[in-house]
Amino acid sequence: MKRFVGFVRKEFYHIFRDKRSLFILFGMPIAQILLFGFAITNEINNVDIAILDQANDVNSREIIQKISASKHFSIVDIIQQESSIKSIFKKGNVKAVLQFENNFSSNLIKEKQANVQILTDATDPNMANTISNYITSILKNYQQELNQTVSIDYQIVPQSRMVYNAELKSVYMFVPGVMTVILMLVSAMMTSISITREKEQGTMEILLVSPLKPFQVIVGKVFPYIFLSIINAVVIVLLSIFIFNVPVKGSLFLLGVESVLFIITSLALGILISTISATQQTAMMISLMGLMLPTILLSGFIFPISSMPLPLQVISNIIPAKWFIIIVKGIMLKGVGFGFILKETLILFAMTLVFMGFSVKKYNIRLE
Amino acid sequence: MIQKHNVIEVENLSKLFGDFAAVNQISFQVKAGEIFGFLGANGAGKTTAMKMLIGISSPTSGKATVAGFDVYREAESIKKNIGYMSQKFALYDDLTVKENITFFGGIYGLSKKQIEQKRCELVEELGLQEVTNSLVASLPLGWKQKLAFSVSLLHEPKIVFLDEPTGGVDPITRRQFWELIYKAAHNGTTIFVTTHYMDEAEYCDRVSIMVNGKIEALDTPKKLKEQYKTNTMNDVFLKLARG
Repeated sequence: MKRFVGFVRKEFYHIFRDKRSLFILFGMPIAQILLFGFAITNEINNVDIAILDQANDVNSREIIQKISASKHFSIVDIIQQESSIKSIFKKGNVKAVLQFENNFSSNLIKEKQANVQILTDATDPNMANTISNYITSILKNYQQELNQTVSIDYQIVPQSRMVYNAELKSVYMFVPGVMTVILMLVSAMMTSISITREKEQGTMEILLVSPLKPFQVIVGKVFPYIFLSIINAVVIVLLSIFIFNVPVKGSLFLLGVESVLFIITSLALGILISTISATQQTAMMISLMGLMLPTILLSGFIFPISSMPLPLQVISNIIPAKWFIIIVKGIMLKGVGFGFILKETLILFAMTLVFMGFSVKKYNIRLE
Repeated sequence: MIQKHNVIEVENLSKLFGDFAAVNQISFQVKAGEIFGFLGANGAGKTTAMKMLIGISSPTSGKATVAGFDVYREAESIKKNIGYMSQKFALYDDLTVKENITFFGGIYGLSKKQIEQKRCELVEELGLQEVTNSLVASLPLGWKQKLAFSVSLLHEPKIVFLDEPTGGVDPITRRQFWELIYKAAHNGTTIFVTTHYMDEAEYCDRVSIMVNGKIEALDTPKKLKEQYKTNTMNDVFLKLARG
């Protein structure tokens, strides 16, 4: 036990004396969560839009007024023909065009129904979706105001159409994703680097010749990272609760336990990587290319798995991050209990055992 | 003072990698307090043989005991009784001299008091008073080498294995290093050293020369030179290595 404490103390010296690893450990999580938080925000401000007002009557002008009064939009162009819509989108700065049909007011009064078309530039699908929702809610507001003054039900029917990308399924929640990526990065990459560093320096050999058993060496190396990863997970959850108001609907305790499981999975992966790489650089490349990219691209963090081609959907199953993201989303956003994430938990657990088994095997071969 | 019993006994020890015999039926004994030079060209099998003796590689066949313990069954006991220094003088660069000593003393199970005492002796002996709290990275290579050697002796092992301990250091430093080795041997520690500097072979009590996995010669440097009718160990080595 005393040996173990001495070993862990040494590990902490390594970590706290290396500014780069300190930055990756504590700078990255905060930077990432803030970046993702502010960059992928659902708030929109001062978005440039254009108006095609074919009606040019009382109601259409009132609506335009309301829109230009909101801080979310600024009307930069009034166009006259439908044909100019395309060219205005192509220029790129205008993200949406609002088109009022002919006889907007009279339709509203006679038919009790009038149409507005919201055209959005959906090269950025999330943005398009958000703009469309905002405009729709402004229209709804206006409609309510009208209905308060008159007893008849007027209906303004917004028809939104996403240009360039008709299907909008990627509603992504960044917190579970960022948390997964960070824990993976810290646990797998940092441990594999720190173990291979000992190999490179030749100190691993000294440790193996010492009375310490190989598994004691590995546990000693890995232990500080479990501790630091837990701190990271806590920081990420706190930031998302207090800065971004992401709710944690389920049990914090369950979230904690599942996070520790995922940390151990990642550490096992890190150990596996360190057994197959001789240098820190190799370990880092394998971690980045072999872990980070699939974790970001194939886990459902950014791109929904359901819209991937089938082979990729199959591959995504072997990415531990996929299962952890499901777990975190379940607990944080849906508030599910353990019963609902049992399958995912078991999968992660099994993966951990497999990675550990491989590492032990590799490690023994190397010792031969 | 020096007991003359064998601390290393090796009999027909082999290590095969597939069909290739990296170490081919070697036999030798090392006496307590001896400085035993283990020579050979690169790839002759020195390192493989040494790894079997220090318990991090298991032999394919043959017998070997180190400090009275069997290399197959008692590797853990061997590890407690030997010291090891690799050709990289492996210490932790980002730890201070003091922290390195504390760490390595700790993994060999020394008590705080013992470590404290050992550290004072060691610092005094190597003249490291000024740098005990400096990072090892800032020390010159020769100092690192001496420190690494002294650290491998912290737990007072019966035998210390040195794997090419003088690689890359200048002749004067090498000379000083050998003085440390003599001192340790004088205190009763057995020294098992691999090297490819033939002038260093002259400093050893006995040397063995490995060629292609086999020990081709084993005797005192003086007798080897007589046997091969040369004036230097270098020529002995060349005669053997060229067959």
